[in-house]
Amino acid sequence: MLSSDKKWEPRIIAFFCNWCTYTAADLAGVSRLKYAPNVRVIRVMCSGRVDPQFILHVFASGADGVLIGGCHPGDCHYSEGNYKMLRRFMLLKRMLKKMGIEEDRCRLEWISAAEGEKVKSVINDMVEKVRKLGPLGIPKRISKIDKEIKIIEKEINPEEAVEHA
Amino acid sequence: MPDKPKIGFYWCASCGGCEESVVDLAEDILMVTGAVDIVFWPVAMDFKKSDVEKMDDGSILATMVNGAIRTSEQEEMARLIRRKSKIVIAYGSCAHLGGIPSLANEFEKAEILKYIYSDAPSVINKEETYPLTEFKHNGRYVTLPVFRNIVRTLDQVIDVDYYLPGCPPTPKLLKQAVLTLLSGELPPKGAVLAPDYALCEECPRKKTKPDNVSFTQFVKPHMMLIDKEKCLLAQGVICMGPATRAGCEALCINGNMPCSGCFGPTSRVKDQGAKILSSICSNIEAKSEDEIDTLLNGIPDPVGTFYRYGLAASLLRKKIQEGK
Repeated sequence: MLSSDKKWEPRIIAFFCNWCTYTAADLAGVSRLKYAPNVRVIRVMCSGRVDPQFILHVFASGADGVLIGGCHPGDCHYSEGNYKMLRRFMLLKRMLKKMGIEEDRCRLEWISAAEGEKVKSVINDMVEKVRKLGPLGIPKRISKIDKEIKIIEKEINPEEAVEHA
Repeated sequence: MPDKPKIGFYWCASCGGCEESVVDLAEDILMVTGAVDIVFWPVAMDFKKSDVEKMDDGSILATMVNGAIRTSEQEEMARLIRRKSKIVIAYGSCAHLGGIPSLANEFEKAEILKYIYSDAPSVINKEETYPLTEFKHNGRYVTLPVFRNIVRTLDQVIDVDYYLPGCPPTPKLLKQAVLTLLSGELPPKGAVLAPDYALCEECPRKKTKPDNVSFTQFVKPHMMLIDKEKCLLAQGVICMGPATRAGCEALCINGNMPCSGCFGPTSRVKDQGAKILSSICSNIEAKSEDEIDTLLNGIPDPVGTFYRYGLAASLLRKKIQEGK
């Protein structure tokens, strides 16, 4: 599903916890709330299940944003999972900043099962913010950089190899 | 007498420590030189590139390449070595994961050159002279290799058969690797020639590691007297042990310093930095955002701490350049 830059639409991956935010997204659906179609939701049992590797993997695979939804502090079905996510998120945010990924591309929200309306507003708001930032496009960037070594691969004559750039 | 198997060593973007670790074999180097012929080792013996070019393709049993890849010359040599060797081993953290040189991936090439040739306090360069890849002098061309936009691991440039991790790999691991090669019973391609479990497993302080570490502060080793018996994490020191492959026999811990992660992750982890971040943050005691924020100030450089030896091999590989 590669769209050209002209037709570019933000692609956001959302990790929603089974007990609160995913149920809220369900509620938003049942209530026929309309929100931007740019989010692909992945259901996890708890926001504490979201390994920072998932988030980096999602960015490295071409997503423009990552949204994590969990229960409000104190409401976690497993009592502490959302706190674990909060701490990881806070350090990850610092790290992403150092790696040049804008703050608005990664977002953590507490959305309870009753807050279908919040799912809608958070998604719409995030899609707008990411749209303003433009595509992140890490795979494209990397393959563009990696072209520099493809050149030498072609140019090198196995017998004598001197490269003039 | 049949020919002895041929072995080579080569270095790319590295400090020379890996070469030193070969010499650290001490008496065992006699065992190695008794069993194999070293046909290429620029740091210690007088071989030229042309000598390697003259060899038959695949005539070297194994070449151990250390160092990350930053320049076109290193790419060229890596490819030449790949053609001439049956087995290529990425030797040490830099070839394996990018190593310390790959922390340069936090900066753009232009930023690096500007700092080195203009802005560094010790530099006077009024004419703004920057290195060129080609320069004509008295009708002759002088050339320099191209400085690439990103630091790469060896396997991002050529096909690699095995990896010897470590900064540098220990003589014990090198000896084992050479014996394995000579035995002919080769491990599956792509294997890292070290145990596939976390360093904590072989750590002498394992017993003192609490089930729940509960960080209330992060301290750097120079800020306190470190207890020599107790788990470093339990003392608030960031130790990469939980997210780092074993095999060094806890050398740094035995020197009363935390693990900094040079052996890279185990096979089940894709991104060492994200994994240790996850582990450490799970164990922070604070729950409110303000408290967590204050605590995290104790880790002023998360990228440099968590990816010290592996930014090139990480999922993001390099800092995103604005715009483009």
